[in-house]
Amino acid sequence: MTDHPETASQTAGPYVHIGCTPNFAGIHGVYPEDLGARMITGDATGERITLIGQIFDGTGTPLRDAMIEAWQADANGLYAGQEGADPHFSGFGRCPCDAEDGSFRFETIKPGTVAWPSGGTQAPHVNLWIVARGINLGLHTRAYFADAPQNDSDPVLGRIEHSVRAKTLLAQAEGSGVYRFDIHLQGPDETIFFDV
Amino acid sequence: MTEIPKGGYAARLPQNHPVALYPPYRTSVKRSPQAAPLSFPTTISEETGPVFGHDLLGPKDADLLHNFGPQDQSAIGPRIVVHGRVQDQFGRPVVGALLEVWQANAGGRYRHKKEGYLAPLDPNFGGCGRVITGPDGSYEFRTVLPGPYPWPNGPNDWRPSHIHFSIFGAGFAQRLITQMYFEGDPLIWRCPIVGSIQDKAAVERLIAPLDMERTLPMDARAYRFDITLRGRRQTMFENRMEGL
Repeated sequence: MTDHPETASQTAGPYVHIGCTPNFAGIHGVYPEDLGARMITGDATGERITLIGQIFDGTGTPLRDAMIEAWQADANGLYAGQEGADPHFSGFGRCPCDAEDGSFRFETIKPGTVAWPSGGTQAPHVNLWIVARGINLGLHTRAYFADAPQNDSDPVLGRIEHSVRAKTLLAQAEGSGVYRFDIHLQGPDETIFFDV
Repeated sequence: MTEIPKGGYAARLPQNHPVALYPPYRTSVKRSPQAAPLSFPTTISEETGPVFGHDLLGPKDADLLHNFGPQDQSAIGPRIVVHGRVQDQFGRPVVGALLEVWQANAGGRYRHKKEGYLAPLDPNFGGCGRVITGPDGSYEFRTVLPGPYPWPNGPNDWRPSHIHFSIFGAGFAQRLITQMYFEGDPLIWRCPIVGSIQDKAAVERLIAPLDMERTLPMDARAYRFDITLRGRRQTMFENRMEGL
């Protein structure tokens, strides 16, 4: 079998918005709406939640030029494209961080549990992917929900060698239906990133 | 508990990618993780991903020469066709991959509110486009050759001419953003962003050669840029070691 090397990543740079969220960048009239602007596309089943946060660099300064993408299962634990998945939920969100305070926001559904390959289930989670100027290869992480009882038996959380770091993957409830998930690229509170 | 290897996506090889911390690219210093990443085999969370149909695309989405300005106007600059094939690392075509591209205009100026370079905007050039690969994994779009531009890194750093690509394969694990460079550009090997890739061969795969065969006479030159995404291993023996 021929093995072709994967194309190298490069930083998304400071102007990622031009290509990925042109309407946000002020380029109107090319695409009717930015891709991933809405995750809930109809009368979706499940608990509506808002996932918010900021992405901080190694000095504690929020990134104001990052882009974050979310990919998650629906309320029944099915991903869009799987048989029986909720047709009113895309599962995909894309958010350019705010140019002033760097905040991101996803209006979404609380995901259900999903299967683990060798049996068992994974606790509810939102897969996140972060790109920005200064990030050479997009960073994968997951937001779990701090108040979910399934976290105790989650196979990914169970792999974390330094358990003190597990909390970096837990989104904290902040008022009704709002969860905060702050991401630290570097330093003492550094978020766990995956090389899946 | 014994872990049973699964099909899943083949692991990313670090030598094919830039290092996270590359001090000559100064912004990477405070934006690179220091802890080792956490490894686990891909699950359905990584093996699925958003899939976009052709109904997403407008008629001019793959024509950056004409998708921003008025109907009868065209962007200024050397006219080019960029085309290629998206395949996975096992050589299989990636069908239905969404490619989003963005770039500066012919003078090296981006249409972005945070951009202050003195080269002017082109009123007929927005700088974004998108295309979905066909049944053989191929794609093609038209644009102008972007100009190099200076950036605040070292005191006299210039980016080579480049086009940014964002690629969605079939799974979130394949998600990739990269940059395409142009054959023969002397700025490529001076660029600290390119230099974050330590393997020369991996850099060379980002350099698109001039393709005279695909060039449109009296119209536009062509460049060929092939893209390779991670591949899924065979999943036939889901519960057995591969090769058993």
